Amino acid sequence: MLLAGLESTHVAGRRVMSAALRQSRIALPRADCEDFLYEEAAMLDEWRLDDWIALFAKGAIYEVPAAGAADDVNPASALFYIADDYHRLCQRVERLKKDAAHSEFPRSDGLRLISNVRILGNAETGTSVGCAFVTYRSKNDVTDIYFGHHRYVLQPADGAIRIVSKRTLLDMSSLRPQGRVSIIL
Amino acid sequence: MGFETPRSNAGTPWVREDRDNHRFKVARRAFIDKDVLELERRAIFDRCWIYVGHESEIPNANDFLTRSVAGRDIVFNRDRAGKVHAFFNICPHRGATVVREKRGNALGFQCFYHGWAFSNTGTFATRIANGNYPDDFGKDKCTDLTAVPRLENYRGLYFLNLDREAISLADYLADAKRYIDVVMDQTEASMEIVGGTQEYSIRANWKLLVENSFDGYHAATTHSTYFDYLTSTVGSMTQPFGNGTNQSRAVDLGNGHALVEYPAPWGRPIAQWIPAWGDAVKAELDSKFARLVKLYGEDRAHQIAHLNRNIVIFPNLVINDIMALTVRTFYPDEPGFMTVNAWAMAPKDESADLRKWRLYNFLEFLGPGGFATPDDVEALESCQRSYRNHEQAGWNDISKGMMKAAPATDDEEQMRCFWRGWNRRMSQAVAS
Repeated sequence: MLLAGLESTHVAGRRVMSAALRQSRIALPRADCEDFLYEEAAMLDEWRLDDWIALFAKGAIYEVPAAGAADDVNPASALFYIADDYHRLCQRVERLKKDAAHSEFPRSDGLRLISNVRILGNAETGTSVGCAFVTYRSKNDVTDIYFGHHRYVLQPADGAIRIVSKRTLLDMSSLRPQGRVSIIL
Repeated sequence: MGFETPRSNAGTPWVREDRDNHRFKVARRAFIDKDVLELERRAIFDRCWIYVGHESEIPNANDFLTRSVAGRDIVFNRDRAGKVHAFFNICPHRGATVVREKRGNALGFQCFYHGWAFSNTGTFATRIANGNYPDDFGKDKCTDLTAVPRLENYRGLYFLNLDREAISLADYLADAKRYIDVVMDQTEASMEIVGGTQEYSIRANWKLLVENSFDGYHAATTHSTYFDYLTSTVGSMTQPFGNGTNQSRAVDLGNGHALVEYPAPWGRPIAQWIPAWGDAVKAELDSKFARLVKLYGEDRAHQIAHLNRNIVIFPNLVINDIMALTVRTFYPDEPGFMTVNAWAMAPKDESADLRKWRLYNFLEFLGPGGFATPDDVEALESCQRSYRNHEQAGWNDISKGMMKAAPATDDEEQMRCFWRGWNRRMSQAVAS
């Protein structure tokens, strides 16, 4: 493993990267990425949306293409479900925190499982990370299951990890019967 | 044009209109009853013109796509000469699905079960050794793909009809044609469906989505969080909805079709600029608007570019020309479950920059991840759950604005137009 030997420590429940990594442009360790993704999933499961949005770098993007789309599909020419720039992503969080976000009031219960975490490569902006996910959403005695893979670009920043981009690809043939993506997957 | 509306309670037990006392009621049973759905299939979906797709989805010779239309499995394609067809996607031999891809380009189709093959005009194209079938086998077309009984288009929008005796599509569309023209006339190039389909579903009766698709009354409450967002992108709400002015109106388009038309504060890719789109897009929109004025005059240019319209083509096609242009159709698998297909439509000749902003704008409101549609879905599903109480709490009220000579967007006249069309067709079927 490229970064074997780099040490990281836990401070107040958060994994903090070693000084060596902070100062380098080399890839984030896979285990650090995995811990980070678990932590992100917990924030969403627990509706800690202010903590969640703080994981994103300024200018970050969040996208959910239509079910079954190719990994490299472009929101400038294809119809997505969600294609948020940073402004709209922040607005999405503000909206979800309101009681008037009716689809999520009262809030749904949910559980996010993350697996198959892999380092896919290094981009100029950070480390490309892939993982598989299953997300359960339950409300009004109806449970929907979403599954697919996430593609992240993660960046070391000030001793933590920040999301530069998150793209959620649904490995389903359609959004039936789920019908909506009213939660963050 | 020839359409009439019942003056009183004539018709089904599910719609009660009292024009003298300005009351319009719909029975909640009509949303949950399996027998009502069976009757709708016979009286409406098997008799009306049902939207299949847009010509731009199969732009080239030999292009094909498959989709479910009015509960039937359809291949929608162009043959090698460019002629458009719609076939039932079922092998004439033993009934397997012939085309199993969602889309593609092919000179012919072959069933995977026993290998029967067909040209893309639908004709049987397999050599079978002599002695297996009589010489005249297939002369009656029993080995060809079955074409839908009727297939017609208006301005590139293709519809099928399962009733061979139906009136023409042009007659059926009645006054809706004038407003389809308003949508399509925004460019001198043609329109196209952009980049894929949103295929989703709602656990609610299909007629709830009809009502919701052109319901101006619910916007302020159901979508308050969208308007909070909108304020963050357009600054102040400079352009109100025009309620109380003649800019906001509901129009009966005949045969159960209707629309609402109104000004609104959001950006429109044709042609209401907002600052987020930048100066280059502003110049493009200004030039598009100037061209519309030259072609059609100020009034129609204003209507095309600055007014919004939510159109319902009876029974299940919605064309909403709002912060983006969406085409949406839906079909009831069960009384309490519908499948929805939604698309974005755009002029072929817009710049890549404007196209990007159009799609960005689409997603701010529309679709499964938008800031509005999920809340509509929540409302529709909540109605559907509640209707199980219909024996004690049995009627929806759709009376708003009945007293007005000119109902506005936030009244309910457009829904009454739909329900009158629904009631007329259902009552004819009940009587027969």
